[in-house]
Amino acid sequence: MTLALALEQLLNGLQLGVMLFLMAAGLTLIFGVMGLINLAHGSLYMVGAFACAAVAAATGSFWIGLVASLIAAAAAGALVELLVIRRLYDRDHLDQVLATFALILIFSEGTRWLFGSFPLYLDIPPILGGAVMLPGGLQYPVYRLAIIAAGALVAFGLYVLISRTRLGMRIRAGESDREMIGALGVDIRTLYTVVFALGAALAGLAGAMVGALQSVQVGMGEPVLILAFVVIVIGGIGSIKGALFGALLVGVTDTMGRFLLPQLLALFVPPAQAGMIGGAAASMLIYIVMALILAVKPRGLFPAAHA
Amino acid sequence: MISRENLINLILAALLLAVPLAAYASGEQFYITLATRIAILALAATGLNLALGLGGLVSFGHAAFFGIGGYAAGILATHGFSGDPLLLGLSGTNQMPVIWLVAVLAASFVGLVIGAISLRTSGVYFIMITLAFAQMVYYFAISWPAYGGEDGLSILVRNQFAGINTMRPLNFFLICYVTLLVALGLFSLIRGSRFGSALQAARQNEVRVATVGIAPFRIRLTAFAISAGITGLAGALFADLNRFVSPSMLSWHMSGELIVLIILGGVGRLFGPVAGAMLYVIFEYALGGVTERWQFFLGLILLGVVLFARGGLLGLLAGRAKHG
Repeated sequence: MTLALALEQLLNGLQLGVMLFLMAAGLTLIFGVMGLINLAHGSLYMVGAFACAAVAAATGSFWIGLVASLIAAAAAGALVELLVIRRLYDRDHLDQVLATFALILIFSEGTRWLFGSFPLYLDIPPILGGAVMLPGGLQYPVYRLAIIAAGALVAFGLYVLISRTRLGMRIRAGESDREMIGALGVDIRTLYTVVFALGAALAGLAGAMVGALQSVQVGMGEPVLILAFVVIVIGGIGSIKGALFGALLVGVTDTMGRFLLPQLLALFVPPAQAGMIGGAAASMLIYIVMALILAVKPRGLFPAAHA
Repeated sequence: MISRENLINLILAALLLAVPLAAYASGEQFYITLATRIAILALAATGLNLALGLGGLVSFGHAAFFGIGGYAAGILATHGFSGDPLLLGLSGTNQMPVIWLVAVLAASFVGLVIGAISLRTSGVYFIMITLAFAQMVYYFAISWPAYGGEDGLSILVRNQFAGINTMRPLNFFLICYVTLLVALGLFSLIRGSRFGSALQAARQNEVRVATVGIAPFRIRLTAFAISAGITGLAGALFADLNRFVSPSMLSWHMSGELIVLIILGGVGRLFGPVAGAMLYVIFEYALGGVTERWQFFLGLILLGVVLFARGGLLGLLAGRAKHG
């Protein structure tokens, strides 16, 4: 094991973490403001990836595709909010789980209907192609670094939006007392639609960016959705800061676990077995971390102040 | 005077028995398999109904128990077939009663562990944590190559049950049907017991239950473990029905389906899972015959049920449930 290899894995972990943050931020925002658990968030991620791949293929430009992914995911989010989600705010979580589970079925089959069962491919834009030399003599793809930078930028933008703007003020007010801000004359229904569309756009952005690393296919959002759940459970549901911290923790733990555990075990058992046990243990690692954190802090690391 | 709900329950039970008998008489083996699938899914959902319906514990991770039961059957049968010792010198087996016992114990034990951690939380946290733990089991099954990993595990010959030829579809259906009835009896017994009252009271008002001196945590944990055990038993039967176990039994779609069955039928009602499983399998079969995209329409139907027809099929037929 060289230091350069470890650094590469660490960066991969950061990249996964940043992507998870984009998903988790939307989920946690939607839960914090509207009290809604949205299983269909992974579908919005998928919508973003498909929109980006389709538009990029038609126009030849990744950047137009990226803009299209934001628009498509936000539009799909707003539409779903207006038609379905709006009726679920004062229902219990069981109804919310079921209705959004139904939305997943509709989105997945609908996408398969539109685009067929074969995965789409999205090329990395030429300007971000190639690799840079990192200290230690390691080649690292520029695109992955760009994802990390974009994620950091979005995190900062979200921070400014929520703590410095009027919309952010309303979102924070909605989190602490939704009836009161309604009484103060804020159009709460529109606010909810805007927040949902914002969360959807973040998910769509994540989907589009990752679409260039993996294939774009139906069902791609579900593993990410579940990781994002782990993230917000660790971070504390409703807390953006918790989502950022949890996302980086999960991203780095998962990647480094898959890299280090087999090597660590190889010190004790034969390599073939070490690979097998290490691989299986690494795939469970983040859930074990989650269980440990919950055993100490049942409401996550940064519990939101309200219910 | 028999209540309307009980009458409907009797009709459902009779219907589930009559269809495969009629199918047997007319030589339509396929419908027997369909009915067996209904019985097994209803059994799995009855397990979940104990936690979700009576206890209000929305577990989104019951696929873990379903799959563990399935793998218990698959692993024991594989070792029974090959003769390799399993662990600590114990051998595998192809006897269903032994397999069922192992499936129930294994699923209950895992339920106890998952429950002990998850029940420290409630609400959305509980939903997400049970989901996450089930995913953990799922990824473990995928990345552990000894029992097929992602490809799953075939059971070459269906397991045996004391002198009955289980390879005949009707016989296997009857085994599943009787098991379902026993589980429904257990559910009804628990619902009427002191334990069941405490469990339902903890759902309705946790603080009051604690005030009268009952610790909700223990009650819920016990219910969760029993619930896991019943769903695990269904998993073992499901493995024998398909003679195949794969990680898809552990996937979160399975957990979602089990909740869907309960909602379609009616939450917390004795025959809710049975009605739900019937509807679900019939939808799947009927829509699947018409269009390849049946899941799209299932989604629409489900959405309609959640938004507009609360109470499920039994709510529609037998009126609102008496309990809150």
